[in-house]
Amino acid sequence: MDAANIAPTLRAKDYKSDVAPVWCPGCGHFAVLSAVTKALAHLRLAKERVAMISGIGCSSRLPAYVDAYGFHGIHGRALPIASGLKAARPDLTVIVAGGDGDGFSIGGNHFLHACRRNMDLTYIVMDNEVYGMTKGQASPTTQPDWAKSKLTPHGTGMRPFLPTAIALAAGASFIARGFAGDPTGLTKLLVEAIEHPGFAFLQVLSPCQTFRPEQKEWKHLVHPSDMAPTDDPVEAARFIQADDGMALGLLYVRRLPVWQPQNQPTATPADLEREFAL
Amino acid sequence: MTERSTLAGGATLAITGSGGSGAVTAGLILLAAVGRAGDYGLLGRSAGPQIRGGESAAMLRFGPQPIECMGDRFDLLVGLDWENVARFADELPLDRNSLILTDAQAEPIPEILLRSGAQVRSLPWKALADAETEGRVNMVALGMVGAMLGLPLDALESGARATLGGKGGRVLTPSLDCIRSGYAAADAASVPPSAFAPPVARWNISGNEAAGLGAVRGGVRFVAAYPITPASEVLEWLAPRLELLGGSLLQAEDELASINMIIGSSFGGVPSLTATSGPGLSLMVEGLGLAVASETPVVVVNVQRGGPSTGIPTKSEQSDLNIALYGLHGDAPHLVLAALGIRDCIDTVEWAVGLAEHLQTVAIVLSDQILGQSRAIIDPPGDRAFGAGERAHLHRLIAQDADPDHRRYRPMSDGVSPMALPGLPGGMYTAEGLEHGPGGAPSSRAIDHAEQLEKRLHKLTGFDYGPGWAEIRGEGDHLLLTWGSSAGPVFEAAERLRASGVPTRAIALRLLAPLQREALLEAIGSAGSILVVEQNQTAQCFAYLHSQQALPRHARSYARPGPLPLRPAEIMRALTDRDGREEI
Repeated sequence: MDAANIAPTLRAKDYKSDVAPVWCPGCGHFAVLSAVTKALAHLRLAKERVAMISGIGCSSRLPAYVDAYGFHGIHGRALPIASGLKAARPDLTVIVAGGDGDGFSIGGNHFLHACRRNMDLTYIVMDNEVYGMTKGQASPTTQPDWAKSKLTPHGTGMRPFLPTAIALAAGASFIARGFAGDPTGLTKLLVEAIEHPGFAFLQVLSPCQTFRPEQKEWKHLVHPSDMAPTDDPVEAARFIQADDGMALGLLYVRRLPVWQPQNQPTATPADLEREFAL
Repeated sequence: MTERSTLAGGATLAITGSGGSGAVTAGLILLAAVGRAGDYGLLGRSAGPQIRGGESAAMLRFGPQPIECMGDRFDLLVGLDWENVARFADELPLDRNSLILTDAQAEPIPEILLRSGAQVRSLPWKALADAETEGRVNMVALGMVGAMLGLPLDALESGARATLGGKGGRVLTPSLDCIRSGYAAADAASVPPSAFAPPVARWNISGNEAAGLGAVRGGVRFVAAYPITPASEVLEWLAPRLELLGGSLLQAEDELASINMIIGSSFGGVPSLTATSGPGLSLMVEGLGLAVASETPVVVVNVQRGGPSTGIPTKSEQSDLNIALYGLHGDAPHLVLAALGIRDCIDTVEWAVGLAEHLQTVAIVLSDQILGQSRAIIDPPGDRAFGAGERAHLHRLIAQDADPDHRRYRPMSDGVSPMALPGLPGGMYTAEGLEHGPGGAPSSRAIDHAEQLEKRLHKLTGFDYGPGWAEIRGEGDHLLLTWGSSAGPVFEAAERLRASGVPTRAIALRLLAPLQREALLEAIGSAGSILVVEQNQTAQCFAYLHSQQALPRHARSYARPGPLPLRPAEIMRALTDRDGREEI
């Protein structure tokens, strides 16, 4: 990490902005916000060298609540905005935050290619298996028989999107799962994700109290991963396919080439113009 | 009212052939040779949608004055072979004064060409090529045509070296042999030789290259894009050169990513651009709205092609004006510019980058296939061809000092607020596509919406754009009004009308939004007849100008869709026939 990015000691609360969250009481996203500020404080990152990028949705409101540079964009496009920023400004720590609809449905194609491109970004997806901001529709990670949405009264009938399996298949170099109800473990994973050189994907199980109150049970269902983090994609695939979706921890990490531009100018536009001269 | 057609002092010729015949290569060499001989030139090309090996035509016009359109007809048609030439026949207008050159051993000339009444000459290209080691018919024909046009042999050889040099001696050496062989065998006395001027410092550049150059001259150092015909050459030119300039080009997964990537890079402080064509622009409009709302400068070069949908990807039209003007949802003021020619692609894109940066907004630059994929011999651009004096302050207003009270979207007298870049302590804010208050926090309050809408509109409408909004040529009671690439044929039509005693003015709009209404009305003045010329079916510019109350009621429209290029003679007819006042 760039030495200029290191701040004098700041506490987690110093990274909180004065904008009040719009989230419902009990929303898991509060814990994610808290983990983000704790991770930034732990890494002593200078606030002005951090950029939080998001799309649209409940979770995508997060950048406004962090006292750093931020971009609250449009639905599904957080990863391209972050990729462009990182390509132009490799000196910044760029963290992307969003939800399961934003990241896996409207932004699904960007997710695949961000995994492949392996730019040095941290992508936090707060997964609550529902569209909260538009008041309770099925998301790509919703189970096929969830029939509480007026849009899909018979359920989706589709198998849910498997974020970690797809990230692995698409070439992500860091894949982890955290839980909003485990703030200490979540903060630790975030620190590792930010420190990872390359595209770090962190799925966070973040219950929606309003539209999926049954997710209160998640605290009884989650469990630590029983496998040590592997750098073998075959082993990781075997584990992820057998996983119940509730295993927490770092699942896969591998050093892969990181996409970054070279930025040393060796010419001026006037130099280029010579090629056109007769 | 036919166009002057003597070969002395200029000519128009087409070279056609099927896949592998080298028609375009011959055209490229001829253009380079014409430039080296001191003339201006314009090389257009026509191809079908095939990937490799289909038929193609190179169309070249040259002469002692800058060439801005292909004219009405062709003096010479050089047929390397006649396979599939029917597909091009309507793009190659010939008449009794035209000359068709064909190989003596070739198939008979298709009836569709002979109907023009053009004269025919059979020449021993293949026989001469067979006499050379690895002989090439296109190079023999090129040498012969070059001699008939009065081009010096060394200009042809130099043009061949410049065009084929990258392919190595195995291609260059036999090509030069064939050019010399054809040149020596030409019956030069059959055609009056041209009087070529001594060589001068000129450029050989395509419109797409010119757009790329304008971008980097304007300061663009990051590009994200998805390939699309006919915009890809802008990107292919930029990719390696941006690296030399310390920037980069990122090939995105789609146009949705492209536009959002450049929003991200521009948020980081780097002037950014993407290039696309109609279908890609459709995918980008959501992102363009985000750039408008978040006041993030970005530039889109839209190289128009025949639409709608995938339409005719390899040929030209000016039918994306409506989407460029109106495509964005909500009240989303932004800049729309159109390049008026190949050389103008440099200046217009450079100006667009400066304006987008200065006004922290979106600029869409409309080019099109006929500009983008044609090459021309041009005079090099000046330091700035228009908007002189504006350049000094056409850059982004960046917050310089840590200011705990920094409010990113604070309304200013000119609507342009200083932009803090990541890295500046104390400037932290969240750029926002939701409506927001002055500090950037999302707001659904009516007062914030009204204030921010006004800020974003006023900064564009209140700015002094200087003289670059249009190019105005000539004087007269008759007025041809146009935009973008139609300027070339319109300028020539106006010039020929003036020469024939019909005083005609031409106004070509470069800045379409915000429309410089007062300046336009003043330029229109009391013109007796007004014709708005554009290459689309539904008179998009004509309708726009009326909607802005920028046209007198008696103005008429001449709108014709592509892909056939607009010709000066049809514009002259459209102005005068229905006008009923003049007999040309």
